[in-house]
Amino acid sequence: MNQDFPAGEIKTISGRSFAIKGDDIDTDRIIPARFLKCVSFSALGEQVFADDRTELKGLHPFDLKENKGAKILVVNDNFGCGSSREHAPQALMRWGIRLIIGESFAEIFFGNCLALGIPCLTSSKLEIKRLQNLVKKNPKLIWVFNLQELSIINNREVFKLQIEKGDKEMLLSGKWDATKQLLQEEERIKETMQRLPYLNNFK
Amino acid sequence: MSSNTLYDKVWDLHWISKSSGGPSQLFVGLHLIHEVTSPQAFAAIEEKKLKVKFPHLTVATVDHIVPTTNQQRPFPDPLAEEMLSTLERNCSIHKIKLHGIGSDHQGVVHVMAPELGLTQPGMTVACGDSHTSTHGAFGAIAFGIGTSQVRDVLASQSLAMKKLKVRRIWIEGALRQGVYAKDLILHIIRTLGVKGGVGFAYEFAGPAIEKLSMEERMTICNMAIEGGARCGYINPDENTYKYLKGRKYAPQGKAWDLAIRWWKSLCSDYNAIFDDEIKLNASAIEPTVTWGITPGQGISIKENIPNPELLPKNDQQIAKDACSYMDLAPGSPIEGTKVDVCFIGSCTNGRLSDLQEAAKIVEGHKVATGIKAFVVPGSQHVARQAELKGLHKIFLKAGFEWREPGCSMCLAMNPDKLDGRQISASSSNRNFKGRQGSAKGRTLLMSPAMVAAAAINGKVTDVRKLFKNSKFS
Ligand code: SF4
Repeated sequence: MNQDFPAGEIKTISGRSFAIKGDDIDTDRIIPARFLKCVSFSALGEQVFADDRTELKGLHPFDLKENKGAKILVVNDNFGCGSSREHAPQALMRWGIRLIIGESFAEIFFGNCLALGIPCLTSSKLEIKRLQNLVKKNPKLIWVFNLQELSIINNREVFKLQIEKGDKEMLLSGKWDATKQLLQEEERIKETMQRLPYLNNFK
Repeated sequence: MSSNTLYDKVWDLHWISKSSGGPSQLFVGLHLIHEVTSPQAFAAIEEKKLKVKFPHLTVATVDHIVPTTNQQRPFPDPLAEEMLSTLERNCSIHKIKLHGIGSDHQGVVHVMAPELGLTQPGMTVACGDSHTSTHGAFGAIAFGIGTSQVRDVLASQSLAMKKLKVRRIWIEGALRQGVYAKDLILHIIRTLGVKGGVGFAYEFAGPAIEKLSMEERMTICNMAIEGGARCGYINPDENTYKYLKGRKYAPQGKAWDLAIRWWKSLCSDYNAIFDDEIKLNASAIEPTVTWGITPGQGISIKENIPNPELLPKNDQQIAKDACSYMDLAPGSPIEGTKVDVCFIGSCTNGRLSDLQEAAKIVEGHKVATGIKAFVVPGSQHVARQAELKGLHKIFLKAGFEWREPGCSMCLAMNPDKLDGRQISASSSNRNFKGRQGSAKGRTLLMSPAMVAAAAINGKVTDVRKLFKNSKFS
């Protein structure tokens, strides 16, 4: 398990990659609800995709020997739909995932990943399929992701990726770590409170 | 870009600062917490040596892990007990009001806050739970957040968020007898898809919506998230004010009149601009049941389970998955599908009116042999009101169990679980693989009245067929 969690500016990520195939993979599958019974996130890495893995008896991508230590996950459409539980991205992060590339992501899941410093980038259905086939065929390939250039490359191929400009800026500048940013606006928070009728007896 | 909608007005009032292209900083008027998504947030606050900024704007309850057969402490499950005592400790250290075990209002967080009058029009409401969209029924902008954001709200009463687009879903007509708010929202999700709402807030409006009670509106907004929309809302009206009047945290006296004036000004203007608009007709909707593994895989009670090959290309793969997981034969009618467990409860359908509608169906009948059927009121308050009306006796006499409030088998983080490949008729909101506590368990979503009908016949039943013999028809 990679316990060296994202911090500060995020510009490049390099490592091996593997695919989890299927549309609409929901957070209940990423981390089944029984594992939410915890007061700390620390054990979640081992429990990622627990039920799917049990079913596949060691043949699930998260169990395959060649994927151990990989950092990049390639997924399909609407990945992370379902609940708002941050346990899902936490489980992926604690297993070692640092970058997710897919056709599309559920909104809350995307936001939760961003708040942990895990970029989620998108590409077309066709490109994702090509990428998934490639990483499947050659799990040993080392990929280099460059956020500024919105690309992921190995020594032969280049894939173009997408992310909204604002999200990209947040990752590049380290502003994804929101608490500090939010607290800087102390005065304006107070001003906002003063103008909200329901906090001032509707006067 | 939308303008002059309720969403725009509330957004403008709560917006603190904006960064170019990125998310804005939004003030959170009401923050709700529960035992599952808050402990790590409190730990982070303490680690960073921060304080809870405005403890009086956060309210807590316990719901997900509480056993529903017996709430005696300590809970038999040591992990559940630890989560509960962690929340109790955090609330007491940080001076947050907790409606915990033993309180008159303990219950599912999205049932608890509205019934206390905490949820009001024009607020921003956040909670570490995706079904926070429920509170939009009051004309609040309410959305689920992750634990990092729970931390941010505790520390700053604000969070970083992007403005959504607004889609108005205009519903003509009226629901027919035996067709409920649950059927309407399942129909909407089926029509627009589980991703149809990504990037949108849904405004539910039109004659059919105006006729709905507040509890029915909560059912609709609750499941906006199942259609991909992070929040759903309904413009406040007389129904809203009537529901709120006199509740514990609702404005009183002179403030009440001022509040109504303000609330009225918040509604979407007649010339409001929406990013998208869709029209549907409620009169055409039939009782709706899901057959698959996403809430979008719903069909009317009269339809057959679809053949994946005949569906639009994009739906085929997930339909194939669903067929093999659910083990229901394509082409066969959904009506008559045998069930094992019948669950009435959850933040979608665990309110008084839900229990009343179900009780009407149950009265005078018995639960079919071999069926496990149970009712879990959404909160202590719902339970007491239902008991005053004698609903518990109707259920008990029919062979239902009558439980203590909690999330129960909606997500099965407590002792209420499916076993093996059991199939449940459930009034909850998610039919994902493994959702109800067994990795192979299967869920059919439907209205509470339909769950009641399924319990009586031991199989999926058109509830309207039971009306014929009912004194309520
Ligand atoms: S009842 Fe179900 S959906 Fe609602 S808060 Fe509890 S677990 Fe979540």
